[in-house]
Amino acid sequence: MIVVEDISKSFGSETVLKNISVTFEKGKTNLIIGRSGSGKTVLMKSVVGLHEVDSGAIYFDGRDFVKMGTRQRQELRKEMGMLFQGSALFDSLTVEENVIFPLQMFSDMTEDEKIERVNFCLERVHLENANKLYPGELSGGMKKRVAIARAIVQNPKYLFCDEPNSGLDPKTAIVIDNLISEITHEFDITTIVNTHDMNSVMEIGEKVVFIYEGIKCWEGTKDEILTSDNNYLNDFVFASNLAKRIRDIQAGSQQ
Amino acid sequence: MLSNFGRYLILMYRVFSRPERFRVYFRETVREIENLGLNSIGIVIIISIFIGAVITLQTRYNLESSWIPLYLIGLTARDTILLEFSSTMVGLILAGKVGSNIASEIGHMRITEQIDALEMMGINSASYLILPKIIAAIFFNPFLTIISMVVGIFGGWVAAVVTGALSSADYIYGIQYWFVPFYITYALVKTVFYAFIITSVSAYYGYHVQGGALEVGRASTKGVVYSSILILLCDVILTQLMLA
Repeated sequence: MIVVEDISKSFGSETVLKNISVTFEKGKTNLIIGRSGSGKTVLMKSVVGLHEVDSGAIYFDGRDFVKMGTRQRQELRKEMGMLFQGSALFDSLTVEENVIFPLQMFSDMTEDEKIERVNFCLERVHLENANKLYPGELSGGMKKRVAIARAIVQNPKYLFCDEPNSGLDPKTAIVIDNLISEITHEFDITTIVNTHDMNSVMEIGEKVVFIYEGIKCWEGTKDEILTSDNNYLNDFVFASNLAKRIRDIQAGSQQ
Repeated sequence: MLSNFGRYLILMYRVFSRPERFRVYFRETVREIENLGLNSIGIVIIISIFIGAVITLQTRYNLESSWIPLYLIGLTARDTILLEFSSTMVGLILAGKVGSNIASEIGHMRITEQIDALEMMGINSASYLILPKIIAAIFFNPFLTIISMVVGIFGGWVAAVVTGALSSADYIYGIQYWFVPFYITYALVKTVFYAFIITSVSAYYGYHVQGGALEVGRASTKGVVYSSILILLCDVILTQLMLA
């Protein structure tokens, strides 16, 4: 479980996060949603320490991350996996080398055990025959799956996914969403997904936090989204004609 | 300027922190020796041979006097190559080739979040990315300097013989005449300082890129420009300290 208490973050004179408090629950896919520029990515990067917060506290199962020194943070980060928006695979390494990379740095496994673990993770993301390919030879969806394999190779307790569906077609996006959800439940980890894709919300969102202009505006489940009376949330959720039509149909069937 | 220097020192503090796993860093260092060192041999040879030839021909042109013995042309070419060309000129050339390579590679990794990915794995990205480059350059650049010295002097001999500027015997006598071995030590010491400047300054600009491809290009240019200026400044200081 990750508890965020009253964090704020500014860049120069611009305040991007304003006193945000939220609890991300273990064994669930926790979604942060909001418009582009609302502060979702800054919130996620602040939680993992890629941005330093100006004030507030962040607890990883009771451990105060903000007060930790560099070494302690590095130790805690071995318990984290992160899927970046652009996948962030190392261009000069093959798929296998990318996935095995964290193990080479930290694991005491034998080479055979490492390879076995890598193959398990690649099979888990349905990429059995891609070991020797380079990132440049992969499609967008395959890159995301390799990045997921790399993120889970060290058995993380916390998984962070920044816009996992950006640049993917709807069908591939669903595959990635389901993969994230399955991995969360299978390994009982705390997963935070940053997205503005309402399909993802309705597919895997067990807990949803809505950020509007750096403020936590709403939180609830995916089912509660459709019945919420929060105007900012409704503006966001029902921005597309498709969503409006679904709402109208739903309203019609209830009458 | 001061804030840049402060950030540079902080980065260097992180670079020289204890590595997570020595074996991985050693492997990276070997890779960088190939990437930054072995791949620079070609350009160093080509430039050294031509500059050695030009130094010999220009010296011959400027010493048109029957009072000056011809072997002094060989001596002048040798000392110019040993004292300045093979260390400082090659340093400036490597600042262009290696410096831009380092700044753009690390800058690209920054904007594509690969550095963030390293940090998220619990790896000290500054140390992992920069330390092997610094060690590789400090280790291998002295070899490049020695290669440049040998090839430059050879280039001078070829020019002398082919153009008939002076005889092979005069040139060979000249390059052996009044030889000061300390000049080689002096050049190699300078090379080590230059290697550190080129790799660390370029890496600093690459590591702190913010934005996109345009900023990576700017970082690469800044890395080369500031490395070159610092090399020349270092040249003055070391010359004063070691030769004055």
